[in-house]
Amino acid sequence: MDAGFDFDVIQRSWGYLFKEGMTFTVTLTLLAMTGGIVFGTLLAMMRLSAFKPLAWFAGAYVNLMRSVPLVLVIFWFFFLVPYIGAWILREPNPIQVGAWMSAVITFTMFEAAYYAEIMRAGIQSVARGQVWAGYALGLNYGQTMGKVVLPQAFRNMLPVLLTQTIILFQDTSLVYVISATDFLGAASKVANRDYRLVEMYTFVAVVYFVISYGLSTLVKRLQDRIAIVR
Amino acid sequence: MNYNWHWAVLLEKEPGGTGTYLQYLIVGLGWTLATALAAWVIALTVGALIGTVRTTPIKWAVRLGNLYVEIFRNIPLIVQMFLWFFVVPELLPTQIGDWIKQMPPPWGAYLPAVLCLGIFTSVRIAEQVRAGIQSLARGQGMAGTAMGLTVTQTYRYVLLPQAFRIILPPITSEFMNVIKNSSVALTIGLLELTGRARAMQEFSFQVFEAFAAATVIYLITNMIVVLGMRALEKKVSVPGLIAAGGAPMAGH
Repeated sequence: MDAGFDFDVIQRSWGYLFKEGMTFTVTLTLLAMTGGIVFGTLLAMMRLSAFKPLAWFAGAYVNLMRSVPLVLVIFWFFFLVPYIGAWILREPNPIQVGAWMSAVITFTMFEAAYYAEIMRAGIQSVARGQVWAGYALGLNYGQTMGKVVLPQAFRNMLPVLLTQTIILFQDTSLVYVISATDFLGAASKVANRDYRLVEMYTFVAVVYFVISYGLSTLVKRLQDRIAIVR
Repeated sequence: MNYNWHWAVLLEKEPGGTGTYLQYLIVGLGWTLATALAAWVIALTVGALIGTVRTTPIKWAVRLGNLYVEIFRNIPLIVQMFLWFFVVPELLPTQIGDWIKQMPPPWGAYLPAVLCLGIFTSVRIAEQVRAGIQSLARGQGMAGTAMGLTVTQTYRYVLLPQAFRIILPPITSEFMNVIKNSSVALTIGLLELTGRARAMQEFSFQVFEAFAAATVIYLITNMIVVLGMRALEKKVSVPGLIAAGGAPMAGH
């Protein structure tokens, strides 16, 4: 530890770290959150459906995603998406996709499984009488779900959904394994170029800590506020 | 999709000369389990301690426990992995740091990986233990005091035995998480199952066979753990309580 810290390296690479790296991380988090919640809600509805094949498919998908490590899923999609793209576009050869698109698809599909479990618990937390009341009023399945059940489920589960999003924000750092330039990826490139690993990785840890801790404090406050309602 | 499937690649020799690719992956599973189990021991010990401390009336200890939990919960696992691997040896006295850096190949990555995963998971165990103790009826602790037990005895004979039995189901899923999370150790060069699947893909160019094989191995491992834990849960479940499903929690 006699080498002395060189915090100047952080200042020198500030623009690269935040304008490029952190933008990647935040955009990826927001896209995967939106997509993940939409697909997750659909999966949860499928899983609770009375039509067995649909319920079975959703259950199998969720369990598969939850049984394998995220790193392995990232690798899977990184190699699989070019082939799927070629199949959809009827190209003879795998298409170029790149780390960014691959990461967005991976995290959307992976997190959907986790959001699905949360939404399932949310839907099940709504009193059954609500559904009956919806049908009694003459609403169909779509209306009952969309106007009665899901808004309540969503509200009940909002803190958990947000906590899951903070975990997603942290997990996006795993795109390091496909050499994407997210916040960690950018820091790691600077660290290796200038041989300043100690400073850069400590700095990365501090930044992630401040953001995650700040967000989780906000979620806790929100939780206290909406908990009183019932 | 014109991909050349070649499943027999699993039975071909891997370039390292240790046997077939399938054996290569199975040894990877061995490293995954060796990492996960060692980390699990640390996680349970530290987690139980921190979780318990956070329910005591000792203010400074509670604050220290909270600080510990917040630090290791709010930094991504891969960043913690890098801290243990790249940063900690530099901050230690030179001799110890050099000793760590010069450890022969698997151990140089194995030790930081185990420490990292152990501490990372201990935070989640601590949360479960705390929730378990707080879920007990308040009368339990009071009854202990009324019987003339000291605080330590109340925890040892009344609170902890019940709490541990209640939190077994969520603890099971934490064990699955350690197994899955150990794959992050590939970023510091530990050739566990996922790392070996990637290496196999690089040697053989059979991407999907390698990842499919690894996926199947993870699924089988999962199934065995779930079945084993379910049997254990049945054995230790607290009679008279509604089976604790646990509140829905965010997590991995």
